[in-house]
Amino acid sequence: MSEARALGSTIVGGSELLARSNAASLAEPLVEVRGLLVRRGKHIVLDVPHLMIRAGEILTVIGPNGAGKSTLASALALLERPAAGEIVLGDTTIEWKRGLLAMRRRVAMVFQEPLLLDMTVADNVATGLRLRGVPRLERESRVAEWLGRLGIAHLASRSSRALSGGEAQRTSLARALVLEPDLLVLDEPFSALDPPTREALAVDLVPLLRERRTTTVLVTHDRDEAFGIGDRVAIILDGRIAQLDTPEAVLARPATDAIARFVRPRLRYCAPDVGT
Amino acid sequence: MDLILDGLIRALTLLARGDPELLRVSWLSLQVSGTATLLCLLVGMPLGTILALARFPGRSIVLALVNTGMGLPPVVVGLVVSIMLWRTGPLGQLRLLYTPTAMVIAQFALALPIVVGLTVAAIQQLHPKLRLQIVALGASRVQLIWLLLREARLPLFAATMAGFGAVISEVGASIMVGGNITGQTRVLTTATILEVSKGEFASAMAFSLVLLALVYGVNAGLTWMQQRNRPL
Repeated sequence: MSEARALGSTIVGGSELLARSNAASLAEPLVEVRGLLVRRGKHIVLDVPHLMIRAGEILTVIGPNGAGKSTLASALALLERPAAGEIVLGDTTIEWKRGLLAMRRRVAMVFQEPLLLDMTVADNVATGLRLRGVPRLERESRVAEWLGRLGIAHLASRSSRALSGGEAQRTSLARALVLEPDLLVLDEPFSALDPPTREALAVDLVPLLRERRTTTVLVTHDRDEAFGIGDRVAIILDGRIAQLDTPEAVLARPATDAIARFVRPRLRYCAPDVGT
Repeated sequence: MDLILDGLIRALTLLARGDPELLRVSWLSLQVSGTATLLCLLVGMPLGTILALARFPGRSIVLALVNTGMGLPPVVVGLVVSIMLWRTGPLGQLRLLYTPTAMVIAQFALALPIVVGLTVAAIQQLHPKLRLQIVALGASRVQLIWLLLREARLPLFAATMAGFGAVISEVGASIMVGGNITGQTRVLTTATILEVSKGEFASAMAFSLVLLALVYGVNAGLTWMQQRNRPL
């Protein structure tokens, strides 16, 4: 078993792993980014000359803190207007001054914090549909479906303020997935959760994404998640995509020493051998 | 002490009898201050939300002006509105001076900074990323403002109470632009002043009691709504 498979086996099952990369490898591009430049003041925080995301694939984005992962996520979710460059979604180039709302409604984003509104779980999940004017009956049926898929149907009438961290993040994911977006952007959605909750949520979520062929960008700082879930992995260092390839290829052939150090750390904290 | 006791008894008698003048003045107070507060909420809450979210040069100066406006002296507001509505003033041709509409305008100007300032504070205490999350859910600008206001509804109830409290209890602006005309622009505060100046303490106390009851009643209702919506 390769290193990437070994990392991934903690998150997704074996059959899932076998199926995952085939789905996306031949697919058409859904998102294309060209010459994207994001600045904070005079400082360039993200510089992506070219990035293509294929329909139905899960692209994981990993990098150290402050590397530009979340900025890329915000730009792809059309929440961050770049200083230069363009983003093409489907066959439409994003125009930041015109028609942005309609394009934003084709993308959904989940943040690290659940950011639920002060209402019931079902109402939270229904929010995006309500904003789009989806009729009540259809709304209720889609909400019920996704509450069930995420395993939170029993929480439908509970206040969002009375949820555990895992339940709240499941609600947040259901709220995004119910929109059936063309592109789903997940910005470290598991990082605030404890390891068992995080793993349980990933185990439930990933098959859903595969089954629905939801084009997903998953930002994470967790190597197991990045290499275990992604069809391809983008390594971001200092605001640039330093390498973009399959998990196996990145692990086997890191493009630079910096990437090798990041993806294959050799430093381990060990308990001193006190003898037993 | 006898004066207070006597005044209180006579006030309660007037109230129990349902004195027509007392009822008319009370109803006008509620109408004028209620309308002014409602208009302030309609204008001030979206304005406060935009001010809380927008970033533009001079924003801190605008915020400082709004916060200064929260302590605006009613007589200054009354003076400015009087000048604007005076027969030879910029809006003199509207002939609004000494009408309830003029009092609504003055009270609106008085309460607007309070509602805007407290709305800015209420929106800014929400999670900084909540705005982005709502936008990411596909909200238009109007939908974004509505959802943020909904999330901040607890402190916004407090803003409503503060705005209503400021206008129902003010006297300077109302007397200047309303004129305290019997049957037309006399409200509880201006009536109280008039009665005291005549030495009619019983009537003054009756008006004051009704004013207190009115303020308490409105605030009790708003508090009930606020606490009903309190998060767990």
